[in-house]
Amino acid sequence: MSAPAERSVSVNGAPCRVWEKGRGSPAFYLAGFGGLPRWTPFLDRLAERRRVIAPSLPGFPGAAGHDRLDTLIDWVAATLDLVEGAGLAGGDLIGASVGGALAAEVTALSPGLVRRLVLIAPFGLYDPSAPPTDLWAQKPPSVPGLLCAEPKAYNDHMAPPEGVSAEEWPIITTRASEAAARLLWPLADTRLERRLHRIRCPTTILWGAADKLLPPSYAERFAKGIAGKTTTAIIPGAGHLADLDQPARVAEAVLTALG
Amino acid sequence: MKLLWFHLMPYTELPDDFRERHNSVWVDIDRGLLDPAVAHRLYNEFMDELEYAAAAGFDAVCVNEHHANGYGLMPSPNLIAAALARRTSDAALCILGNSLALYNPPTRVAEEMAMIDCISGGRLIAGFPVGTPMDTCFAYGQNPSTLRARYLEAHDLVLEAWTRRETFAFNGRFNQLRYVNTWPHPVQKPHPPIWIPGGGSVETWQWCAAMDYVYCYLSYFGYKAGRETMMGFWREMERLGKDRNPYRAGFLQFVGVAETRDEAVKLYKEPAEYFYGRCLHVDSRYVNPPGYNSEATQRARVTSQVVTAAQRAATFSGGATWDEILAKGFVIIGSPDEVAMQLRQVAVDLNVGHLMLLLQFGNMGRDLANHNTRLFAERVLPQLRDLYDKDWEDRWWPKPLPKQDRAVPQPPVREAAE
Repeated sequence: MSAPAERSVSVNGAPCRVWEKGRGSPAFYLAGFGGLPRWTPFLDRLAERRRVIAPSLPGFPGAAGHDRLDTLIDWVAATLDLVEGAGLAGGDLIGASVGGALAAEVTALSPGLVRRLVLIAPFGLYDPSAPPTDLWAQKPPSVPGLLCAEPKAYNDHMAPPEGVSAEEWPIITTRASEAAARLLWPLADTRLERRLHRIRCPTTILWGAADKLLPPSYAERFAKGIAGKTTTAIIPGAGHLADLDQPARVAEAVLTALG
Repeated sequence: MKLLWFHLMPYTELPDDFRERHNSVWVDIDRGLLDPAVAHRLYNEFMDELEYAAAAGFDAVCVNEHHANGYGLMPSPNLIAAALARRTSDAALCILGNSLALYNPPTRVAEEMAMIDCISGGRLIAGFPVGTPMDTCFAYGQNPSTLRARYLEAHDLVLEAWTRRETFAFNGRFNQLRYVNTWPHPVQKPHPPIWIPGGGSVETWQWCAAMDYVYCYLSYFGYKAGRETMMGFWREMERLGKDRNPYRAGFLQFVGVAETRDEAVKLYKEPAEYFYGRCLHVDSRYVNPPGYNSEATQRARVTSQVVTAAQRAATFSGGATWDEILAKGFVIIGSPDEVAMQLRQVAVDLNVGHLMLLLQFGNMGRDLANHNTRLFAERVLPQLRDLYDKDWEDRWWPKPLPKQDRAVPQPPVREAAE
């Protein structure tokens, strides 16, 4: 894989990294738990056909400023600043996990911002009969197996990237976990349900069949709430971070969805 | 020096196989383990013990706040302190404390503590801990990423509520109040002494120094484990140009006194094993939510006290427990003279002027707790009292109303039968 081009967008005065690779019409990607410590095979597949733009949300690797965001409206405004600053204006948006919750929010609240939306196991809803697993109350060794069907996929993704010291890396990964917690603590219910009807663009919902954080039954709740035409696909062999587990399958599904 | 009698209020009837059959003493402790009829008896006995300690001559009685916790039956220490305010006359009432970020709005703390200060005639010590992750982030659902900012803002609000002379608006990051006007306000002016129970973070030490507050290290692991933390505290005070007034610090120690050391072993082995075995059985899943420790603290590689506690507790296993408890100084036991000698050494070594004693611990019953308290008050306390008193002023002790101006609670008088 060749390295993506890198630039920065300022959000509330804090720099947020934007990675970009490939040619074609733009597809924006907001990552989930853990963020993007490195470029991934999934994004590389997309970049064969699209110009892939991956901005880092505040607090996730490459981006600062989560500690300035106190409320959901702060997060939504920051996400708008971020994706608009990265160039999103009527293009396609893909959001996974934590990034999926915010992708859904900005699509709901900013008409015309998004042409087609893809949500990969997004957070934001709460089903009392199947509450999200508490990822922040886990012993560290069990975390990879909760996030990916194949723990190695997660461990490889989260290994210290080149150029980061062994002392600093755990602080960066803890910060990413904290940023997710800051948005979603304690129940991961952002009350998105109340705004789903404002999503009017065609939306594809992808879910790992083996998601241990949010069961695939959530896909249906999203599909029911969204006003635009929805398509749902369950990805076999994938956990919560489905695009880490099954890069080729998820990329194919995304490319099909974006047309 | 000051000697303070501290109660955790542990539930004393956790089953023998608690460690094997139950997940955690905290957060998700099995509801079925608590019998409210037992709690009724325990609260009354524990309050007897606190009143006994106050009457026996301890400088203060201390209560603290825990939630969903099998070794701490005081979700609201203020309730106990309010009752003690009526049933004690001279001892300071040390609430260690209220976890400020948990109160909405935090002016509730300003009000309740002001009430206790008024009822007691100015005997309150106001403790403000951040609170453990188990209490705050899990049992009370607070966001670990905003907890400290909320705590600091709540502190500012409470302080303003106590000290400002007019009704004011508070437009904080997390709290917005159009009218803040705490009625009553405290007897003690400008406000009751503020003590900060904390782990070993440099930021807490610096804040205590800047605000001129007492720093309390409430470790369950005794003076040997606490030494490093207290040395760090004093090094930081020196770096900041603060004096070595031992009353800047408080330290907690488990103690068991008997006529002889052999008898102390007989009396205190079981309750100590109960505490260090069952009461510290905390599921490590709850000790380190992301954001609870600041990045500066992570970088300093200072693990918080609770992390250390849970890790230590996790290493305990069956038979060796009592030896470890004694060898590592978790509990100091012995004859009155032996205990006095050791505690004097601890106080000097750690340079601590406020020594908090846990004389009831684990499943210890009222008779034994009172026995321990009486021996300590009569034969240990007099050997420690003089320490530091000539050289240092305790600027962090309550200043109650003059004795002659204080109300005396009156027993109810029955009207003559109709």
